[in-house]
Amino acid sequence: MLPYSWLIPCFPLLSFALIIFFTIKKPRLSSLVSIGAVALSFLFSFIVLVTVLGNPVTSEFKINWLDLPGFKVEAGMLIDPLTAVMLMVVTIVSMLVQIYSVGYMAGDSRFSRYFSFLSLFTFSMLGLVLSNNFFEIFIFWELVGLTSYLLIGFWFEKKTASDAGKKAFITTRTGDLAFLVGIFLLTTTVGTLNFQEAFHQVESGAISSTLLTLSAILIFGGAVGKSAQFPLHVWLPDAMEGPTPVSALIHAATMVAAGVYLVARLMSIYALSVPASLVVAIIGAFTAFLAASIALVQNDIKRVLAYSTISQLGYMIMALGLGGYTAGTFHLMTHASFKALLFLGAGSVIHSMHTNDIWEMGGLYLKMRTTAITFILGSLSLAGIFPLSGFWSKDEILLLALNKSPIFALVGLAVAFMTAFYMFRLCFIAFYGKARDQHKFEHAHESPKVMTVPLVILAFLSVFAGWVGIPWLSKGYSTFVYHHEVHHLEPNFILMLVATFVALSGIYLAYVIYYKGTISAERLKNRFSSIHKLLYNKYYFDELYNAIIIRPLFKLADFLFKKFDLGVIDWLVNAAGNFTVFLSWFWELFDTYVVDGAVNGLGYVVRGTGAGIRKVQTGQLQNYAFVIFFGIVLIILLKIF
Amino acid sequence: MPSLYHYLSLSALLFCIGIFGALTRRNAIGILMAIELLFNAVNINFVAFARFIDPQAIVGQVFTIFVITIAAAEAAVGLAIIILIYRQHKGVDVDKVNIMKW
Repeated sequence: MLPYSWLIPCFPLLSFALIIFFTIKKPRLSSLVSIGAVALSFLFSFIVLVTVLGNPVTSEFKINWLDLPGFKVEAGMLIDPLTAVMLMVVTIVSMLVQIYSVGYMAGDSRFSRYFSFLSLFTFSMLGLVLSNNFFEIFIFWELVGLTSYLLIGFWFEKKTASDAGKKAFITTRTGDLAFLVGIFLLTTTVGTLNFQEAFHQVESGAISSTLLTLSAILIFGGAVGKSAQFPLHVWLPDAMEGPTPVSALIHAATMVAAGVYLVARLMSIYALSVPASLVVAIIGAFTAFLAASIALVQNDIKRVLAYSTISQLGYMIMALGLGGYTAGTFHLMTHASFKALLFLGAGSVIHSMHTNDIWEMGGLYLKMRTTAITFILGSLSLAGIFPLSGFWSKDEILLLALNKSPIFALVGLAVAFMTAFYMFRLCFIAFYGKARDQHKFEHAHESPKVMTVPLVILAFLSVFAGWVGIPWLSKGYSTFVYHHEVHHLEPNFILMLVATFVALSGIYLAYVIYYKGTISAERLKNRFSSIHKLLYNKYYFDELYNAIIIRPLFKLADFLFKKFDLGVIDWLVNAAGNFTVFLSWFWELFDTYVVDGAVNGLGYVVRGTGAGIRKVQTGQLQNYAFVIFFGIVLIILLKIF
Repeated sequence: MPSLYHYLSLSALLFCIGIFGALTRRNAIGILMAIELLFNAVNINFVAFARFIDPQAIVGQVFTIFVITIAAAEAAVGLAIIILIYRQHKGVDVDKVNIMKW
């Protein structure tokens, strides 16, 4: 079965082509084609998962794509437990999001195109997780970036949306540049693009440790861009301009997790470079803290979730940096389910309220029961409440951090506290309390079945998906997905209790402030107004980047335009033009005086000669006879002498 | 007894007069007459050579008869042309007859 896994990404690709070329005019058919294709991919992925579960070995299938002397590019698949898990995550979330989109995007003028983009994205993401070499993964890496751009700017009539698309694309490209340089550095040193061959080379010491660290950090740059880590995290919140199901699929569950996947896939390299791992862990931890603190005060429901995503991705990256292959990927998996759920839930709310501002919501529990329940389940899972998915994966990371370096565990706990607080701040404001906007509240309604059913399925996953990683299981996640030796830390009861306490206290604080109102949010805000302002403005990162990167670039571009383009290039063009004009003027003179002169001159000469000679022909016979006579006399005289 | 040279001198003289007349006369009839002089100069030459070089043979004399005959015919044709020219141009001045001029 495994050799046929290449079909998994092919179904969505086929669906993309079908929709673009044939069914673009038939929205209903397009959505069916797209969902059917991803369902087939899901089926195949499931078979792959079952096969790999039965026999958890790494298998590789490849063909030569480009075979030049000293340079070989393969097209192939690398299937190991991690790939199998990622395939499941991508296909499940993609399928549910596409089903949900039928309801969410109903009536959109570019409905078919939307589904074709989703198919293209699913193809790229599946190709990315199946890649067996650097070249292939980079291609798919860029393809997901492209589809992300297309879908963020899907409503491109809105300036903010098209700007957000550009911002996302350019920001991630910055990371991708580092990624590309890292790939060059590593692959030219070890002499192969293939992951496993490269790992063998690296493990056998074919590359100096400095170079290894450098290339590992550069490659991590790609992950920083894609997974929206500090300092390239600024694009993800803006990416929320896209349709909400897109945010759920691309900017929460799958594409942004590609950076985490990349680091996990290259674990063999990071494991060998202590400084690179440390950089990864620090960036992850810092991002987790930074983003969580920003999420505390945001008012846009999707932005809160976006910062939460950044923060959770930081969590995963931190785990990977600490060597927690299992912990990081486990959290990736559980996070995909509950964050997709939260985004789809937020989409459901937005769909009925037509606003993103949580302060215009309130009391929605009464109107949208399914959405509210699933959303709260997702929040609980994200906050890490026993026994939901998030609890197990977060516990795994905290345990790892505690064993490796307690500072990271402290950061992790702080982030967990903030996570619980901001999620329940959101829940209490949006779903409980009084309706703040009576008009919108009255028009609020539960979303159609096609949207709520995916929510319920995802809620189910948010609760139970983590159970595969319960540390007491003898054959759990950690015996399935692991790096080299089975990685199994002894469960730490005290840590579990502490984590739960921290999460509960976060929820309680939110409850006290936003539900009971015992502590006034306003007064808190005024008390810590400077901190609030700093957080509310996202630490002024956008302004900072504007000031130090974007504006100087604009200035440079302006300068180059005025000085170089207008001054040098235009001057050159004009000079060339003037020179040509001069040349043609010169040649005109030549034509007039030399060529025409020759022609006319010949005419004049002929005419002049003719005019001269014609006088001889007098028409007087006597003249002729006279000439004849003297001619004869002359001849005779010549004859005689 | 005049010798051959006398006859030849006379003939040359006549020829020169004829040439002069043919080339200088403006009157067509005059030109025709000058041409007759040329013929006669030639005839004298013929007869003189015939008489002094081989008196038995009368080739020169016979030739002269032919020349006189042809000259008579020529004069007839020439005069006819002159009459036509006269009718065209109201005169026989050859200067006026320059239709061959370009």
